[in-house]
Amino acid sequence: MTDSPTIWTKHFAAAGDQMIFMGAFFRNIFRSGFEWNELIRQSYIIGYKSFSLVGITGFILGFVLTLQSEPTLKAFGAESFVPSMVAISVIREIGPVIIALICAGKISSSIGAELGSMKVSEQIDAMEVSGANPVQYLVVTRILASIIMIPLLTLMADALAMLGGFAASNISNEVNIQLYFSKAFSALGFADLIPAVSKTIFFGFAIGFVGCYKGYNSDRGTESVGVAANSAVVSASLWIIVLDAIAVQLTSVFAYN
Amino acid sequence: MIQNRESLANKVSVGSKEAVVSIRNLKKSFGSKHVLSDINMDLFKGENLVVLGKSGTGKSVAIKCMVGLLTQESGSLKIFGKEVKDLSEEDLKSLRIKVGFLFQSAALYDSMSVEQNLEFPLTRVLKMTDKNEIRHRIEELLEGVGLLDAIDKMPSDLSGGMRKRVGLARTLIMKPEIMLYDEPTTGLDPITSREISELILEMQRKYHTSSVIITHDMACARITADRMLVMSNGEFMAEGNYEQLENGPNELVRSFFK
Ligand SMILES: Nc1ncnc2c1ncn2[C@@H]1O[C@H](COP(=O)(O)OP(=O)(O)OP(=O)(O)O)[C@@H](O)[C@H]1O
Ligand SMILES: [Mg+2]
Repeated sequence: MTDSPTIWTKHFAAAGDQMIFMGAFFRNIFRSGFEWNELIRQSYIIGYKSFSLVGITGFILGFVLTLQSEPTLKAFGAESFVPSMVAISVIREIGPVIIALICAGKISSSIGAELGSMKVSEQIDAMEVSGANPVQYLVVTRILASIIMIPLLTLMADALAMLGGFAASNISNEVNIQLYFSKAFSALGFADLIPAVSKTIFFGFAIGFVGCYKGYNSDRGTESVGVAANSAVVSASLWIIVLDAIAVQLTSVFAYN
Repeated sequence: MIQNRESLANKVSVGSKEAVVSIRNLKKSFGSKHVLSDINMDLFKGENLVVLGKSGTGKSVAIKCMVGLLTQESGSLKIFGKEVKDLSEEDLKSLRIKVGFLFQSAALYDSMSVEQNLEFPLTRVLKMTDKNEIRHRIEELLEGVGLLDAIDKMPSDLSGGMRKRVGLARTLIMKPEIMLYDEPTTGLDPITSREISELILEMQRKYHTSSVIITHDMACARITADRMLVMSNGEFMAEGNYEQLENGPNELVRSFFK
Protein backbone atom coordinates (compact mmCIF):
# COMPACT_ATOMS: atom_id res chain seq x y z
CA MET A 1 0.00 0.00 0.00
CA THR A 2 2.67 2.43 1.00
CA ASP A 3 4.52 1.71 -2.19
CA SER A 4 1.78 2.53 -4.63
CA PRO A 5 1.96 6.33 -4.46
CA THR A 6 5.69 6.32 -5.18
CA ILE A 7 5.21 3.98 -8.11
CA TRP A 8 2.54 6.23 -9.52
CA THR A 9 4.64 9.33 -8.96
CA LYS A 10 7.49 7.65 -10.77
CA HIS A 11 5.31 6.82 -13.75
CA PHE A 12 3.86 10.30 -13.92
CA ALA A 13 7.30 11.83 -13.59
CA ALA A 14 8.58 9.63 -16.42
CA ALA A 15 5.61 10.57 -18.59
CA GLY A 16 6.24 14.22 -17.85
CA ASP A 17 9.92 13.83 -18.74
CA GLN A 18 8.96 12.27 -22.03
CA MET A 19 6.60 15.12 -22.84
CA ILE A 20 9.34 17.64 -22.11
CA PHE A 21 11.76 15.69 -24.28
CA MET A 22 9.19 15.56 -27.07
CA GLY A 23 8.71 19.30 -26.73
CA ALA A 24 12.45 19.82 -27.03
CA PHE A 25 12.47 17.66 -30.17
CA PHE A 26 9.70 19.64 -31.87
CA ARG A 27 11.18 22.99 -30.88
CA ASN A 28 14.60 22.04 -32.20
CA ILE A 29 13.34 20.88 -35.59
CA PHE A 30 12.70 24.46 -36.53
CA ARG A 31 15.80 26.05 -35.02
CA SER A 32 18.26 27.52 -37.44
CA GLY A 33 21.29 25.40 -38.26
CA PHE A 34 19.42 22.24 -39.19
CA GLU A 35 21.85 19.33 -39.48
CA TRP A 36 21.12 18.17 -43.04
CA ASN A 37 24.30 16.15 -43.40
CA GLU A 38 23.72 14.33 -40.16
CA LEU A 39 20.10 13.62 -41.14
CA ILE A 40 21.28 12.07 -44.39
CA ARG A 41 23.97 10.10 -42.60
CA GLN A 42 21.52 8.77 -40.03
CA SER A 43 18.95 7.88 -42.69
CA TYR A 44 21.64 6.02 -44.54
CA ILE A 45 22.74 4.17 -41.42
CA ILE A 46 19.19 3.19 -40.48
CA GLY A 47 18.33 2.08 -43.99
CA TYR A 48 21.59 0.28 -44.55
CA LYS A 49 21.61 -1.46 -41.17
CA SER A 50 18.13 -2.91 -41.51
CA PHE A 51 17.94 -3.36 -45.27
CA SER A 52 18.79 -7.05 -45.46
CA LEU A 53 17.03 -8.06 -42.27
CA VAL A 54 13.83 -6.30 -43.27
CA GLY A 55 14.07 -7.57 -46.84
CA ILE A 56 14.51 -11.21 -45.85
CA THR A 57 11.74 -10.97 -43.28
CA GLY A 58 9.38 -9.46 -45.83
CA PHE A 59 10.09 -12.12 -48.42
CA ILE A 60 9.65 -14.98 -45.97
CA LEU A 61 6.48 -13.40 -44.61
CA GLY A 62 4.80 -13.52 -48.01
CA PHE A 63 6.26 -16.91 -48.79
CA VAL A 64 5.09 -18.56 -45.57
CA LEU A 65 1.70 -16.90 -45.57
CA THR A 66 1.06 -18.22 -49.07
CA LEU A 67 2.24 -21.73 -48.29
CA GLN A 68 0.12 -21.84 -45.16
CA SER A 69 -3.09 -20.53 -46.62
CA GLU A 70 -3.01 -22.23 -50.01
CA PRO A 71 -4.14 -25.72 -48.85
CA THR A 72 -6.96 -24.29 -46.74
CA LEU A 73 -8.28 -22.08 -49.49
CA LYS A 74 -7.83 -24.90 -52.01
CA ALA A 75 -10.26 -27.03 -49.97
CA PHE A 76 -12.89 -24.39 -50.71
CA GLY A 77 -11.80 -24.11 -54.31
CA ALA A 78 -10.72 -20.55 -53.59
CA GLU A 79 -6.99 -20.70 -54.23
CA SER A 80 -7.27 -17.84 -56.67
CA PHE A 81 -7.90 -15.61 -53.67
CA VAL A 82 -4.48 -16.37 -52.21
CA PRO A 83 -2.64 -13.43 -53.83
CA SER A 84 -5.16 -10.86 -52.72
CA MET A 85 -5.43 -12.34 -49.27
CA VAL A 86 -1.67 -12.16 -48.85
CA ALA A 87 -1.56 -8.63 -50.24
CA ILE A 88 -4.28 -7.38 -47.93
CA SER A 89 -3.00 -8.98 -44.76
CA VAL A 90 0.64 -8.07 -45.36
CA ILE A 91 0.16 -4.51 -46.53
CA ARG A 92 -2.59 -3.56 -44.14
CA GLU A 93 -1.44 -5.14 -40.97
CA ILE A 94 1.29 -7.74 -40.72
CA GLY A 95 3.93 -5.91 -42.76
CA PRO A 96 3.90 -2.60 -40.89
CA VAL A 97 3.70 -4.20 -37.44
CA ILE A 98 6.31 -6.93 -37.96
CA ILE A 99 8.76 -4.58 -39.66
CA ALA A 100 8.26 -1.96 -36.96
CA LEU A 101 8.84 -4.54 -34.23
CA ILE A 102 11.99 -5.74 -35.96
CA CYS A 103 13.21 -2.16 -36.31
CA ALA A 104 12.43 -1.54 -32.65
CA GLY A 105 14.85 -4.34 -31.88
CA LYS A 106 17.43 -3.18 -34.37
CA ILE A 107 17.21 0.61 -34.50
CA SER A 108 15.77 1.69 -31.15
CA SER A 109 18.31 -0.42 -29.32
CA SER A 110 21.25 0.85 -31.32
CA ILE A 111 20.16 4.48 -30.92
CA GLY A 112 19.64 3.84 -27.20
CA ALA A 113 23.05 2.24 -26.85
CA GLU A 114 24.82 4.89 -28.91
CA LEU A 115 23.34 7.89 -27.12
CA GLY A 116 23.63 6.06 -23.82
CA SER A 117 27.34 5.57 -24.27
CA MET A 118 27.71 9.17 -25.42
CA LYS A 119 25.96 10.21 -22.24
CA VAL A 120 28.08 8.00 -20.01
CA SER A 121 31.34 9.10 -21.60
CA GLU A 122 30.24 12.73 -21.19
CA GLN A 123 30.16 13.41 -24.93
CA ILE A 124 26.68 14.89 -24.72
CA ASP A 125 27.79 17.08 -21.81
CA ALA A 126 30.80 18.14 -23.86
CA MET A 127 28.58 19.22 -26.74
CA GLU A 128 26.35 21.15 -24.40
CA VAL A 129 29.25 22.83 -22.64
CA SER A 130 30.84 23.89 -25.91
CA GLY A 131 27.68 25.88 -26.63
CA ALA A 132 26.46 23.49 -29.34
CA ASN A 133 22.99 22.00 -29.29
CA PRO A 134 23.07 18.23 -28.73
CA VAL A 135 19.31 17.83 -29.13
CA GLN A 136 19.46 19.39 -32.55
CA TYR A 137 22.50 17.42 -33.63
CA LEU A 138 21.75 14.03 -32.08
CA VAL A 139 18.04 13.73 -31.35
CA VAL A 140 16.29 15.64 -34.13
CA THR A 141 18.31 13.93 -36.84
CA ARG A 142 17.80 10.42 -35.48
CA ILE A 143 14.05 10.77 -34.93
CA LEU A 144 13.48 12.35 -38.34
CA ALA A 145 15.65 9.71 -39.98
CA SER A 146 13.53 6.92 -38.54
CA ILE A 147 10.34 8.76 -39.48
CA ILE A 148 11.63 8.78 -43.05
CA MET A 149 13.20 5.35 -43.20
CA ILE A 150 10.68 3.10 -41.41
CA PRO A 151 7.91 3.74 -43.98
CA LEU A 152 10.39 3.17 -46.80
CA LEU A 153 11.65 -0.04 -45.26
CA THR A 154 8.07 -1.21 -44.74
CA LEU A 155 7.17 -0.51 -48.37
CA MET A 156 10.21 -2.46 -49.45
CA ALA A 157 9.25 -5.34 -47.18
CA ASP A 158 5.69 -5.26 -48.55
CA ALA A 159 6.99 -5.51 -52.09
CA LEU A 160 9.30 -8.39 -51.21
CA ALA A 161 6.46 -10.13 -49.37
CA MET A 162 4.44 -10.07 -52.56
CA LEU A 163 7.42 -11.48 -54.38
CA GLY A 164 7.74 -14.17 -51.72
CA GLY A 165 4.06 -14.99 -52.15
CA PHE A 166 4.57 -15.28 -55.86
CA ALA A 167 7.54 -17.58 -55.36
CA ALA A 168 5.50 -19.80 -53.05
CA SER A 169 2.57 -20.06 -55.45
CA ASN A 170 5.04 -21.03 -58.12
CA ILE A 171 6.12 -24.09 -56.20
CA SER A 172 2.83 -25.98 -56.59
CA ASN A 173 1.89 -24.75 -60.03
CA GLU A 174 3.21 -22.32 -62.53
CA VAL A 175 1.70 -18.88 -62.17
CA ASN A 176 2.02 -15.99 -64.56
CA ILE A 177 3.65 -13.08 -62.72
CA GLN A 178 1.41 -10.49 -64.29
CA LEU A 179 -1.68 -12.43 -63.44
CA TYR A 180 -0.45 -12.91 -59.88
CA PHE A 181 0.11 -9.23 -59.27
CA SER A 182 -3.01 -8.06 -60.99
CA LYS A 183 -4.97 -10.45 -58.76
CA ALA A 184 -3.08 -9.30 -55.71
CA PHE A 185 -3.63 -5.62 -56.27
CA SER A 186 -7.18 -5.89 -57.50
CA ALA A 187 -8.28 -6.25 -53.90
CA LEU A 188 -6.22 -3.29 -52.69
CA GLY A 189 -7.30 0.30 -52.83
CA PHE A 190 -5.98 3.62 -51.62
CA ALA A 191 -8.07 3.06 -48.56
CA ASP A 192 -5.63 0.34 -47.62
CA LEU A 193 -2.41 2.06 -48.52
CA ILE A 194 -2.89 5.45 -46.86
CA PRO A 195 -3.63 4.27 -43.33
CA ALA A 196 -1.00 1.56 -43.68
CA VAL A 197 1.71 4.01 -44.64
CA SER A 198 0.63 6.69 -42.21
CA LYS A 199 0.84 4.38 -39.27
CA THR A 200 4.38 3.42 -40.22
CA ILE A 201 5.25 7.11 -39.90
CA PHE A 202 4.08 6.99 -36.31
CA PHE A 203 5.92 3.72 -35.77
CA GLY A 204 9.04 5.44 -37.11
CA PHE A 205 8.55 8.29 -34.68
CA ALA A 206 8.11 5.86 -31.78
CA ILE A 207 11.24 3.92 -32.72
CA GLY A 208 13.42 7.00 -33.01
CA PHE A 209 11.92 8.85 -30.09
CA VAL A 210 12.08 6.01 -27.58
CA GLY A 211 15.66 5.15 -28.57
CA CYS A 212 16.75 8.77 -28.20
CA TYR A 213 14.86 9.31 -24.96
CA LYS A 214 16.26 6.22 -23.27
CA GLY A 215 19.80 6.86 -24.45
CA TYR A 216 19.83 10.59 -23.78
CA ASN A 217 18.49 10.12 -20.26
CA SER A 218 20.48 7.10 -19.24
CA ASP A 219 22.19 7.10 -15.84
CA ARG A 220 25.87 7.37 -15.16
CA GLY A 221 27.85 4.12 -15.21
CA THR A 222 28.53 1.74 -18.07
CA GLU A 223 25.80 -0.74 -17.16
CA SER A 224 23.24 1.94 -17.94
CA VAL A 225 24.15 1.69 -21.64
CA GLY A 226 22.80 -1.84 -21.70
CA VAL A 227 19.78 -0.79 -19.69
CA ALA A 228 19.08 2.04 -22.15
CA ALA A 229 19.32 -0.27 -25.16
CA ASN A 230 17.18 -2.92 -23.57
CA SER A 231 14.45 -0.66 -22.24
CA ALA A 232 14.36 1.14 -25.58
CA VAL A 233 13.39 -2.11 -27.31
CA VAL A 234 10.78 -2.95 -24.70
CA SER A 235 9.08 0.44 -24.71
CA ALA A 236 9.33 0.94 -28.45
CA SER A 237 7.65 -2.44 -29.02
CA LEU A 238 4.92 -1.54 -26.59
CA TRP A 239 4.40 1.84 -28.26
CA ILE A 240 4.11 0.13 -31.64
CA ILE A 241 1.47 -2.33 -30.48
CA VAL A 242 -0.56 0.39 -28.76
CA LEU A 243 -0.24 2.73 -31.73
CA ASP A 244 -1.32 -0.08 -34.03
CA ALA A 245 -4.40 -0.77 -31.95
CA ILE A 246 -5.30 2.93 -32.12
CA ALA A 247 -4.61 3.04 -35.85
CA VAL A 248 -6.81 0.03 -36.53
CA GLN A 249 -9.66 1.62 -34.60
CA LEU A 250 -9.24 4.93 -36.43
CA THR A 251 -9.09 3.27 -39.83
CA SER A 252 -12.20 1.24 -39.23
CA VAL A 253 -14.03 4.40 -38.21
CA PHE A 254 -12.82 6.63 -41.05
CA ALA A 255 -11.89 4.46 -43.99
CA TYR A 256 -14.50 1.77 -44.12
CA ASN A 257 -17.60 3.73 -43.25
CA MET B 1 46.29 26.25 11.12
CA ILE B 2 43.21 25.50 9.09
CA GLN B 3 41.76 28.72 7.85
CA ASN B 4 38.06 28.92 8.53
CA ARG B 5 35.51 29.70 5.86
CA GLU B 6 34.97 33.29 6.87
CA SER B 7 38.58 34.32 6.61
CA LEU B 8 38.96 32.40 3.35
CA ALA B 9 36.03 34.18 1.78
CA ASN B 10 37.18 37.54 3.06
CA LYS B 11 40.73 37.05 2.03
CA VAL B 12 39.89 36.26 -1.58
CA SER B 13 37.47 39.12 -2.00
CA VAL B 14 40.02 41.63 -0.81
CA GLY B 15 42.33 43.09 -3.39
CA SER B 16 42.05 45.14 -6.51
CA LYS B 17 41.85 42.23 -8.95
CA GLU B 18 38.61 41.55 -10.75
CA ALA B 19 36.95 38.22 -9.92
CA VAL B 20 35.60 36.48 -13.04
CA VAL B 21 34.17 33.59 -11.05
CA SER B 22 32.87 34.03 -7.57
CA ILE B 23 31.30 31.29 -5.50
CA ARG B 24 29.68 31.69 -2.09
CA ASN B 25 28.32 28.99 0.23
CA LEU B 26 27.74 26.59 -2.63
CA LYS B 27 26.00 23.35 -1.66
CA LYS B 28 25.31 20.31 -3.76
CA SER B 29 24.16 16.79 -2.92
CA PHE B 30 22.99 13.82 -4.92
CA GLY B 31 20.08 12.27 -3.07
CA SER B 32 21.23 11.82 0.48
CA LYS B 33 24.90 12.06 -0.47
CA HIS B 34 26.33 15.47 0.35
CA VAL B 35 29.16 16.24 -2.02
CA LEU B 36 29.75 19.97 -1.75
CA SER B 37 28.91 21.31 1.67
CA ASP B 38 30.17 24.86 1.58
CA ILE B 39 32.29 26.08 -1.29
CA ASN B 40 33.68 29.60 -1.30
CA MET B 41 36.14 30.75 -3.91
CA ASP B 42 37.03 33.46 -6.38
CA LEU B 43 38.88 33.17 -9.63
CA PHE B 44 40.61 36.38 -10.61
CA LYS B 45 41.17 37.58 -14.11
CA GLY B 46 44.29 36.12 -15.68
CA GLU B 47 45.25 33.81 -12.84
CA ASN B 48 45.88 30.09 -12.75
CA LEU B 49 44.12 28.59 -9.76
CA VAL B 50 45.11 25.02 -8.94
CA VAL B 51 42.66 22.89 -6.98
CA LEU B 52 43.93 19.88 -5.05
CA GLY B 53 41.86 17.32 -3.26
CA LYS B 54 41.43 13.64 -2.67
CA SER B 55 39.56 11.56 -5.19
CA GLY B 56 35.80 11.82 -4.75
CA THR B 57 35.74 15.07 -2.79
CA GLY B 58 33.68 16.78 -5.46
CA LYS B 59 36.18 18.76 -7.52
CA SER B 60 34.62 17.73 -10.80
CA VAL B 61 31.15 18.40 -9.43
CA ALA B 62 32.20 21.92 -8.47
CA ILE B 63 33.42 22.87 -11.94
CA LYS B 64 30.40 21.22 -13.56
CA CYS B 65 28.23 23.60 -11.55
CA MET B 66 30.21 26.48 -13.06
CA VAL B 67 29.08 25.65 -16.60
CA GLY B 68 25.52 24.79 -15.64
CA LEU B 69 25.86 21.05 -16.22
CA LEU B 70 24.82 20.57 -12.60
CA THR B 71 22.77 22.97 -10.53
CA GLN B 72 23.56 23.77 -6.94
CA GLU B 73 21.00 23.38 -4.17
CA SER B 74 21.85 26.61 -2.49
CA GLY B 75 24.49 29.29 -2.51
CA SER B 76 25.57 31.58 -5.27
CA LEU B 77 27.79 30.97 -8.26
CA LYS B 78 28.53 34.01 -10.38
CA ILE B 79 30.54 34.13 -13.58
CA PHE B 80 31.29 37.57 -15.00
CA GLY B 81 28.97 38.87 -12.30
CA LYS B 82 25.95 36.85 -13.40
CA GLU B 83 24.30 34.09 -11.43
CA VAL B 84 24.71 30.97 -13.60
CA LYS B 85 21.56 29.14 -12.51
CA ASP B 86 19.37 32.13 -13.39
CA LEU B 87 20.68 32.54 -16.93
CA SER B 88 18.31 32.15 -19.86
CA GLU B 89 19.08 29.47 -22.44
CA GLU B 90 20.62 32.05 -24.77
CA ASP B 91 22.73 33.67 -22.07
CA LEU B 92 23.93 30.30 -20.85
CA LYS B 93 25.00 29.49 -24.38
CA SER B 94 26.99 32.68 -24.75
CA LEU B 95 28.55 32.06 -21.34
CA ARG B 96 29.56 28.57 -22.40
CA ILE B 97 31.31 29.95 -25.46
CA LYS B 98 33.50 32.02 -23.15
CA VAL B 99 34.17 29.18 -20.73
CA GLY B 100 36.23 26.21 -21.90
CA PHE B 101 35.85 22.88 -20.15
CA LEU B 102 38.32 20.03 -20.41
CA PHE B 103 36.63 16.84 -19.26
CA GLN B 104 38.48 14.44 -17.04
CA SER B 105 37.50 11.73 -19.53
CA ALA B 106 38.40 13.90 -22.57
CA ALA B 107 34.88 13.17 -23.93
CA LEU B 108 35.90 13.03 -27.58
CA TYR B 109 33.06 12.44 -30.04
CA ASP B 110 33.58 8.78 -30.92
CA SER B 111 31.86 8.88 -34.27
CA MET B 112 34.04 11.72 -35.57
CA SER B 113 37.67 11.92 -36.59
CA VAL B 114 40.07 14.16 -34.69
CA GLU B 115 39.65 16.87 -37.30
CA GLN B 116 35.85 16.69 -37.12
CA ASN B 117 36.03 16.80 -33.33
CA LEU B 118 37.88 20.09 -33.49
CA GLU B 119 35.73 21.38 -36.31
CA PHE B 120 32.49 20.71 -34.44
CA PRO B 121 32.50 23.77 -32.16
CA LEU B 122 33.91 26.00 -34.90
CA THR B 123 31.12 25.36 -37.39
CA ARG B 124 28.30 24.74 -34.93
CA VAL B 125 28.98 27.40 -32.33
CA LEU B 126 31.19 30.06 -33.91
CA LYS B 127 29.43 29.45 -37.25
CA MET B 128 32.71 29.64 -39.14
CA THR B 129 32.36 28.79 -42.81
CA ASP B 130 35.75 29.45 -44.39
CA LYS B 131 37.24 25.97 -44.95
CA ASN B 132 40.82 27.21 -45.12
CA GLU B 133 40.54 29.22 -41.96
CA ILE B 134 38.98 26.28 -40.12
CA ARG B 135 41.69 23.91 -41.32
CA HIS B 136 44.39 26.40 -40.39
CA ARG B 137 43.03 26.82 -36.88
CA ILE B 138 42.69 23.07 -36.36
CA GLU B 139 46.27 22.47 -37.47
CA GLU B 140 47.55 25.26 -35.26
CA LEU B 141 45.88 23.77 -32.18
CA LEU B 142 46.88 20.19 -32.94
CA GLU B 143 50.44 21.34 -33.40
CA GLY B 144 50.20 23.01 -30.01
CA VAL B 145 49.36 19.70 -28.35
CA GLY B 146 51.83 17.82 -30.56
CA LEU B 147 49.31 15.73 -32.44
CA LEU B 148 49.28 17.14 -35.93
CA ASP B 149 49.89 13.71 -37.45
CA ALA B 150 46.78 12.29 -35.74
CA ILE B 151 44.46 14.68 -37.55
CA ASP B 152 42.70 11.98 -39.56
CA LYS B 153 42.59 9.33 -36.85
CA MET B 154 39.45 8.22 -35.04
CA PRO B 155 39.32 8.61 -31.24
CA SER B 156 39.25 4.83 -30.83
CA ASP B 157 42.70 4.67 -32.45
CA LEU B 158 44.23 7.06 -29.92
CA SER B 159 45.87 6.30 -26.62
CA GLY B 160 44.45 7.73 -23.41
CA GLY B 161 47.03 10.50 -23.28
CA MET B 162 46.47 11.39 -26.93
CA ARG B 163 42.73 11.59 -26.35
CA LYS B 164 43.31 13.95 -23.47
CA ARG B 165 45.42 16.20 -25.65
CA VAL B 166 42.86 16.21 -28.47
CA GLY B 167 40.21 17.09 -25.89
CA LEU B 168 42.41 19.94 -24.76
CA ALA B 169 42.86 21.16 -28.32
CA ARG B 170 39.12 20.98 -28.94
CA THR B 171 38.48 23.17 -25.92
CA LEU B 172 41.27 25.66 -26.53
CA ILE B 173 40.27 26.13 -30.17
CA MET B 174 37.42 28.33 -28.95
CA LYS B 175 39.95 30.69 -27.28
CA PRO B 176 37.94 30.79 -24.06
CA GLU B 177 38.32 33.56 -21.49
CA ILE B 178 37.98 31.10 -18.62
CA MET B 179 39.38 27.58 -18.78
CA LEU B 180 38.32 24.79 -16.47
CA TYR B 181 40.85 21.97 -16.69
CA ASP B 182 39.79 18.70 -15.06
CA GLU B 183 43.04 16.82 -14.55
CA PRO B 184 44.77 17.91 -17.76
CA THR B 185 47.91 15.85 -17.23
CA THR B 186 46.63 12.71 -15.55
CA GLY B 187 47.74 9.63 -17.42
CA LEU B 188 50.41 11.44 -19.42
CA ASP B 189 54.12 10.73 -19.35
CA PRO B 190 56.28 13.32 -17.54
CA ILE B 191 57.51 14.89 -20.77
CA THR B 192 54.09 15.37 -22.35
CA SER B 193 52.77 16.37 -18.99
CA ARG B 194 55.31 19.14 -18.83
CA GLU B 195 54.42 20.26 -22.35
CA ILE B 196 50.76 20.47 -21.42
CA SER B 197 51.62 22.49 -18.33
CA GLU B 198 53.65 24.86 -20.52
CA LEU B 199 50.69 25.09 -22.88
CA ILE B 200 48.46 26.12 -19.99
CA LEU B 201 50.94 28.83 -19.09
CA GLU B 202 51.11 29.93 -22.70
CA MET B 203 47.32 30.28 -22.84
CA GLN B 204 47.52 32.45 -19.78
CA ARG B 205 50.26 34.65 -21.22
CA LYS B 206 48.93 34.91 -24.75
CA TYR B 207 45.21 35.27 -24.15
CA HIS B 208 45.06 36.24 -20.44
CA THR B 209 42.93 33.19 -19.82
CA SER B 210 41.78 32.70 -16.24
CA SER B 211 41.99 29.04 -15.34
CA VAL B 212 40.90 26.57 -12.73
CA ILE B 213 43.20 23.56 -12.90
CA ILE B 214 42.18 20.43 -11.02
CA THR B 215 45.17 18.18 -10.72
CA HIS B 216 46.93 15.52 -8.69
CA ASP B 217 50.13 16.13 -10.62
CA MET B 218 52.36 18.25 -8.41
CA ALA B 219 54.79 18.96 -11.23
CA CYS B 220 51.93 20.48 -13.21
CA ALA B 221 50.82 22.41 -10.14
CA ARG B 222 54.28 23.81 -9.57
CA ILE B 223 54.58 25.02 -13.14
CA THR B 224 51.12 26.48 -13.53
CA ALA B 225 49.84 27.60 -10.13
CA ASP B 226 49.59 31.25 -9.16
CA ARG B 227 47.43 30.24 -6.22
CA MET B 228 46.25 26.90 -4.88
CA LEU B 229 43.21 25.65 -2.99
CA VAL B 230 42.84 22.34 -1.21
CA MET B 231 39.44 20.73 -1.09
CA SER B 232 38.38 18.31 1.59
CA ASN B 233 34.96 17.07 2.67
CA GLY B 234 33.13 19.36 0.28
CA GLU B 235 34.83 22.60 1.21
CA PHE B 236 38.16 24.35 0.73
CA MET B 237 40.38 23.91 3.76
CA ALA B 238 43.56 25.70 2.74
CA GLU B 239 44.77 28.34 0.36
CA GLY B 240 48.16 29.66 -0.66
CA ASN B 241 50.84 29.49 -3.29
CA TYR B 242 52.90 26.38 -3.92
CA GLU B 243 55.62 27.09 -1.34
CA GLN B 244 53.19 28.20 1.34
CA LEU B 245 51.18 25.02 1.12
CA GLU B 246 54.19 22.75 0.74
CA ASN B 247 55.68 24.09 3.96
CA GLY B 248 52.39 24.83 5.68
CA PRO B 249 51.34 23.55 9.08
CA ASN B 250 48.63 21.16 7.95
CA GLU B 251 49.64 17.51 7.70
CA LEU B 252 46.94 16.58 5.15
CA VAL B 253 47.87 19.49 2.89
CA ARG B 254 51.57 18.71 3.10
CA SER B 255 50.90 15.10 2.22
CA PHE B 256 49.84 16.13 -1.30
CA PHE B 257 53.36 17.35 -1.93
CA LYS B 258 55.14 14.15 -0.96
N1 LIG C 1 25.83 13.11 -11.58
C1 LIG C 1 26.08 12.53 -10.40
N2 LIG C 1 25.13 11.82 -9.77
C2 LIG C 1 25.36 11.25 -8.58
N3 LIG C 1 26.51 11.31 -7.93
C3 LIG C 1 27.51 12.01 -8.48
C4 LIG C 1 27.36 12.65 -9.74
N4 LIG C 1 28.52 13.25 -10.08
C5 LIG C 1 29.36 12.98 -9.05
N5 LIG C 1 28.76 12.25 -8.10
C6 LIG C 1 29.37 11.82 -6.83
O1 LIG C 1 29.97 12.95 -6.24
C7 LIG C 1 31.19 12.61 -5.62
C8 LIG C 1 32.30 13.54 -6.10
O2 LIG C 1 32.58 13.25 -7.44
P1 LIG C 1 33.64 14.05 -8.29
O3 LIG C 1 33.64 13.45 -9.64
O4 LIG C 1 33.39 15.50 -8.20
O5 LIG C 1 34.99 13.71 -7.54
P2 LIG C 1 36.43 14.31 -7.83
O6 LIG C 1 36.80 15.15 -6.66
O7 LIG C 1 36.46 14.95 -9.16
O8 LIG C 1 37.33 13.00 -7.81
P3 LIG C 1 38.49 12.55 -8.83
O9 LIG C 1 39.74 13.19 -8.36
O10 LIG C 1 38.54 11.06 -8.67
O11 LIG C 1 38.09 12.96 -10.18
C9 LIG C 1 31.44 11.16 -5.94
O12 LIG C 1 31.15 10.42 -4.80
C10 LIG C 1 30.47 10.82 -7.04
O13 LIG C 1 30.01 9.52 -6.89
MG1 LIG D 1 37.12 14.48 -10.99
